[in-house]
Amino acid sequence: MEDIFTIANKNFNSRLIVGTGKYKSFEETANAVKASGADIVTVAVRRVNILDKDQPLLMDYLDPKSITYLPNTAGCYSSKEALRTLRLAREMGGWRLVKLEVLGDKKTLYPNMIETIKSTEVLVKEGFEVMVYCTDDPIMTKKLEDVGACAIMPLGAPIGSGLGVQNKINIKLIKEQSAVPVIVDAGVGTASDATIAMELGCDGVLINTAIAEAKDPILMAESMKYAVIAGRKAFKAGRMKKRNYASASSPEENLI
Amino acid sequence: MNNLNVAKIQLNGSPYEINDGINLNELLNRLKIQKNKVAIEVNGEIVEKNKYVNLILCKGDKVEIVQFIGGG
Repeated sequence: MEDIFTIANKNFNSRLIVGTGKYKSFEETANAVKASGADIVTVAVRRVNILDKDQPLLMDYLDPKSITYLPNTAGCYSSKEALRTLRLAREMGGWRLVKLEVLGDKKTLYPNMIETIKSTEVLVKEGFEVMVYCTDDPIMTKKLEDVGACAIMPLGAPIGSGLGVQNKINIKLIKEQSAVPVIVDAGVGTASDATIAMELGCDGVLINTAIAEAKDPILMAESMKYAVIAGRKAFKAGRMKKRNYASASSPEENLI
Repeated sequence: MNNLNVAKIQLNGSPYEINDGINLNELLNRLKIQKNKVAIEVNGEIVEKNKYVNLILCKGDKVEIVQFIGGG
């Protein structure tokens, strides 16, 4: 049975989105992306190195025609910086689907929701399809949806922490009330964390550090692919009810 | 003596010398950068790709050339 993942009227097969930061080389990035089966990768916008123009380019390793580039605003601490970054990204290749993140603090990389909501509103008016990194606060995510976010991306735990989904209740609340896809962004550390996010009913997971900082990033990328599929299938299958006592698996009649 | 044909601009935050009066396409050619892989801002304004040829660079212009790199 097909289980298509739709964001802003575009269909994707994989519910795993991967970041392309922190890898040792572009070759490793490309191999990890391939092993993950992701259809969407996040990318950052930075200055071209004028002094060393022979440096390889990400685009030479990951073809934006065969994989969806999702430009992000990582490293932006104000609405102004984030808007500038995404307008440049759009000029680069016509990207309308973008990931907005406006950070509030260098130590926690926690999102600044006031600037985030303000930026979402402006970007939506300018015709962008905005996927938004945000806190796991259902009131904030509702506001984002109201101003036109095309996907809500609450953190499971701080960026790069690998702590897994810390507030399952909130993630579940957000998923239940949202009409747009909910994607857990940040905090996944290993495969089971990704599965948990999907079992909560989330539509997708975005992972970078857990893959890039694994001892074998390619193998971890593949593991995340299956973890997301497993969590999704378990969610759709509907788990059994929990009981406080045992319930025998074999019939109790006709015992010898 | 100053060479009148040379103009100093700010390129990605650093001083850079160009031949006065070149356009953005010519700057990219000189830098060996393919224009379909970058976006450019001149003095804080994004320049559309089809306008590169008409944009003549002058002394003191602030030029930012950006590309996509790996990120999360």
